[in-house]
Parts: sequence; structure tokens; C-alpha cells
Amino acid sequence: MTMSTDNPVSQYAVRLADDALILGHRLSEWCSRGPFLEEDLALSNVALDYIGRARMFYGYAAELSGDDRSEDDFAFLRDCRDFGNLLIHELPRGDFAFTMARQYLVDVHSVAFMTDLQSSTDATLAAIAGKAVKESNYHLRRSRDWMLRLGGGTEESHRRLQHAVDELWGFTPEMFEMDELEKSLAGQGVAVDVSRLQPAWDTEVRATLAAANMSIPEEDWQVSGGRQGKHTEWLGHLLSDLQFMQRAYPGLEW
Amino acid sequence: MSAAMRIPLQPVEQLEREQRRRNSEVPELWTTLDRVMDPELPVISIWELGVLQNVELRGQTVVVTITPTYSGCPAMHTIAEDIQAALEQAGYPHREVITQLAPAWTSNWIGPAAQEKLRQYGIAPPQNADSGGVISCPHCGSEQVQAISEFGSTACKALYKCRDCAEPFDYFKSF
Repeated sequence: MTMSTDNPVSQYAVRLADDALILGHRLSEWCSRGPFLEEDLALSNVALDYIGRARMFYGYAAELSGDDRSEDDFAFLRDCRDFGNLLIHELPRGDFAFTMARQYLVDVHSVAFMTDLQSSTDATLAAIAGKAVKESNYHLRRSRDWMLRLGGGTEESHRRLQHAVDELWGFTPEMFEMDELEKSLAGQGVAVDVSRLQPAWDTEVRATLAAANMSIPEEDWQVSGGRQGKHTEWLGHLLSDLQFMQRAYPGLEW
Repeated sequence: MSAAMRIPLQPVEQLEREQRRRNSEVPELWTTLDRVMDPELPVISIWELGVLQNVELRGQTVVVTITPTYSGCPAMHTIAEDIQAALEQAGYPHREVITQLAPAWTSNWIGPAAQEKLRQYGIAPPQNADSGGVISCPHCGSEQVQAISEFGSTACKALYKCRDCAEPFDYFKSF
């Protein structure tokens, strides 16, 4: 990752913004492609919640940067190596089961994460978390519901959901890893100590998977690197889509 | 206890907001902004919705503080513009609109009068399940309702159907 000279809190805010922007973009890819109208609307609205979250975090980072960068500069003028989002967010939307499985695994983490972030010693991060946690609770209700419906549905929905969980499992440990930046900020009470969230996440997810007749994947691989700017091939394609206008017409405003 | 006798408990932030308005040195500015309605719910004002938090005159500048409902609510931009327009019309050229994130907006700030306006407009007002609130059809009043989707015409509303009169309706989510 390009060494940032920005202050640590700003870097942290940008990571959280990147998480929200990338996942928000993936969810928005369902717009006009949903399995039925109500779900199309629902996924688009969840995407909107994430974009709003990204704006709040980027806006804060821009404020902290002290120069004239805006939220748009962060979102549209950086390339893969500068993005610090977790890998699980950038994976393609896949089929509906994949999207909802990913969403569920992320939502359980988000609710715990945002609940903790509300106690941050940084007032702005705490305020953003105060809004985000309410929305994440809502998202979790939906995604958990879909896990049960797809897992306990037809043979096909069950098969697709199991396949999704198998593909996603190795990307979940990264949600609980911390590098020096986060450890330092957690020590100051600014950032969330995500390593402490893992046991409760594990318990809750296993309970839901059991209720949905899903088996825990036996594969023992895991991937990380997102926070260091080491991404999967998918992020490049996503950014070329997201940032197309700025790349084609640099400096474009409307 | 019948519904007519239930006195709703007010959240502290709501009380403080009302105090700010009551004790304001510029009550006419608050009244001016009573004309700014929610773009998607044209029957309730930003004051009634709980979005308008404070109005102050700092020197020559009118400073309006608003708080967003949902993180990604696209109407907030329009609301900010409408505030500017209302103040312009009322003759205040120096203005600033500030967005404040905390305390986080909650549908609990929508008072009973505004809730009734929503119902008249055809939107079921937010119900707090914990305090025994029940969602009823704004058309026929029946409580035999069914949730169709967690998201309706806007992010803040869910889509419901009444099993008695078979009409669909929006429900303003309790948030």
C-alpha cells in the first residue's frame, strides 16, 4: 500500500469507508437484476445505506486531511493498491445465494463492530457508528432470514447456499485481523479491537448455519491482505466500473 | 388502558429540541422553516420529522442544524436546498446549513400529531413493538396486516398489505 502520511485516524476512517463503498457497489449491481421486484428494491436500499456510510467516513477523512481533498477524491481517484477494504467485500456478487451468504457473514460482524465503535473516544467515529449500527441490525435481520429460507428451501437453493458458504469461509478470518495501525488506535480507544469479536461471531454464525442445515466448510485455507492494499483480481474490475467517468474524463464535475 | 389515554413518553433529545425552539431568540426563523416539508412525505415538515435540530442567528448568518435520518437518505440534499430557498425567500442572504450526526435520528422523534398526518396521507406511522405498538392499515384500520418487503418506496418505509381490505400501504419503519 502506498505509504500514507495522513494521520492514523484518517487512515482508519478511509479503510472503513472503503469497506462500505466496495460492498455498497457490489450490492448496487443487483439494481434491475433482482430475483423479484421487492428484493431488487431491498438490495438497492441496503446498497444505499452502505454508500451513505462510505460518504460519512470519507467526509471525515477529508476533514482530517487538512488539504482540499473531498470525499470524491478518496472514492474516485485512488487505485487498487491504495484501497484498504477487506477482501470479502470485493468478491463478485455471484448468484443470489452468494450475495446473501456474504451479506450475512458480514452483517454479524458489522453489528458487533458498529456497536463497539459507538464507544470510540473519537466523537465523529462514534456518531457515525451510532447511525450505522441501527441499519446493520436491519440488514442482519434480512440476511439471517434469507440464510434460513435458502438453506431450508429447495435442493437447489440449499446446494447454492452451501457452495457460497464454502467459497466465502476462507475470507472471514480477515475480518478479525489487526495490523499495527489498528492495534495502536485500539489501544487509544479509537478503533475497535476486532480480535475480541471473533468468538461471538463464530458462535452466532455456526448456530445459524446449523438452523439452515448448512455444514461448516472443512477447507483450511484463508486469505487476507486487503488492509495492506493486496487485493484479489476482482477489485481492479470493480474500480474500472466505479471510476469509469473520472478515468475517461478527468476532473469531470456535474 | 385505552389508546386515547396513552400518553407517550418523550425521548430526552426530543425534549431538548423542543426547549431549544421554545427558548429561541429567533422564533420567526423556526416558523419560516415550518414550511420546509419532507420531499417524499409532503405532509410533514422537517421539524415534525425530527430532522430540524436547531436554528440560530450568529451575527448576520442564520445557522440551521439538521440531522440525517438514514445514512444514505438521498432526500437530505434536497432538504438542505429547500432550507436555503426558504431562508432566501424570507430575506436572509447569509445562511449556513450544518449536518450533525449525533444524537442519531430516531423515528421516536415523530410526535403524535405528525403520526396522525402520516396516517391520513396513507402511510402507517412508526410503531414501537416494545411499547405495545401495533401496525394497522391506514385505509381501513384493521390490524390484520402482512409485511411484503422490508423496503418500500423509500429506504425509510416498508411495504405492507392489509388482509382485510386487500390494499397495499407503506409503513414508516420504527428506527
